[in-house]
Amino acid sequence: MQTTILYIGRDAEITIVMNRLLNARPEWKGICVCTDDEAIEICQTNEIDLVLLGNGIDAICEKVLRAKLTGLKPELKIIQHYGGGSGLLYGEIMSALN
Amino acid sequence: MSQFILHKENTRGHANHGWLNAHHSFSFANYYNPERMHFGVLRVLNDDLIDGGMGFGAHPHDNMEIITIPLAGAIAHKDSMGNSAVIKNGEIQVMSAGTGVSHSEFNANADEQLNLLQIWLFPNKKNVTPRYDQQTLDVGVRHNNFQQILSPNADDAGVWIHQDAWFSLGKFDAGFETEYKIKKAGNGVYAFVISGEVTINGQVLNKRDGLGVWDTDSISFKANTADAEVLLMDVPMELN
Repeated sequence: MQTTILYIGRDAEITIVMNRLLNARPEWKGICVCTDDEAIEICQTNEIDLVLLGNGIDAICEKVLRAKLTGLKPELKIIQHYGGGSGLLYGEIMSALN
Repeated sequence: MSQFILHKENTRGHANHGWLNAHHSFSFANYYNPERMHFGVLRVLNDDLIDGGMGFGAHPHDNMEIITIPLAGAIAHKDSMGNSAVIKNGEIQVMSAGTGVSHSEFNANADEQLNLLQIWLFPNKKNVTPRYDQQTLDVGVRHNNFQQILSPNADDAGVWIHQDAWFSLGKFDAGFETEYKIKKAGNGVYAFVISGEVTINGQVLNKRDGLGVWDTDSISFKANTADAEVLLMDVPMELN
């Protein structure tokens, strides 16, 4: 069964890399966006298992985004994604899912 | 009472990609060990051997303080901030990834293996403007002394980062004993043995062993062999 992971980050280049990395693993389906509006729309129309908050999301936006996303799906797991690349991705996702 | 965690060399994660032979003290890439996620804000300690001319193509980072210490050979670095540099043994490089930076790292020599330590710390402030720095260190200062090579302060010895962390390197004669005082209350120390054998707080450590100590304000240190070289990472134990 695939785990659907939504990545939100402001840097378009990093978002492209994250999309490639997440979709490289058959057990994951990655959806990557740069704006909060896109993220909310994705959450309204897809069964998201995990949200990764990436770079450039300031504290106020993060608070609002967390409230809106958990408002749509209270049990949704939302974690910070640090690093921007492949180094920490697997460990962070495994820790969150386990 | 102080607490500790011992990471023996042969318990590290290992990935041999042919051109890259990597050992991970903490979970990294495909190595996942839930018991080895971080030591305080210290998230990554990679010990990489890279074949001549080989390396990592352009790849992004964000919100991480990335420190590179070449132990042998030289690294050719290029990044999206316009920096292009070679970092050799005896030097230290730091990059605050902040809002996002892309860089490449290659072995600068075609006929010599590169051995580097790459260390990632969680920053104490997110989404900072990315920055890059490198420094040549006076390696003579570290003879029988913990030479500070990194701190949170721009006007202090070594490079600086966005975190209340201090790194020190020392190279010791056999039998040399000293005490290291932790720089900030609440910090712990992760000691990584680059070479030789040492005893820290009664624990005998060999090449590439790691020992994390916390809930204390100092550690005792003794060099057991003539070639003992140690990196101390004094880091906050609480994640921001």
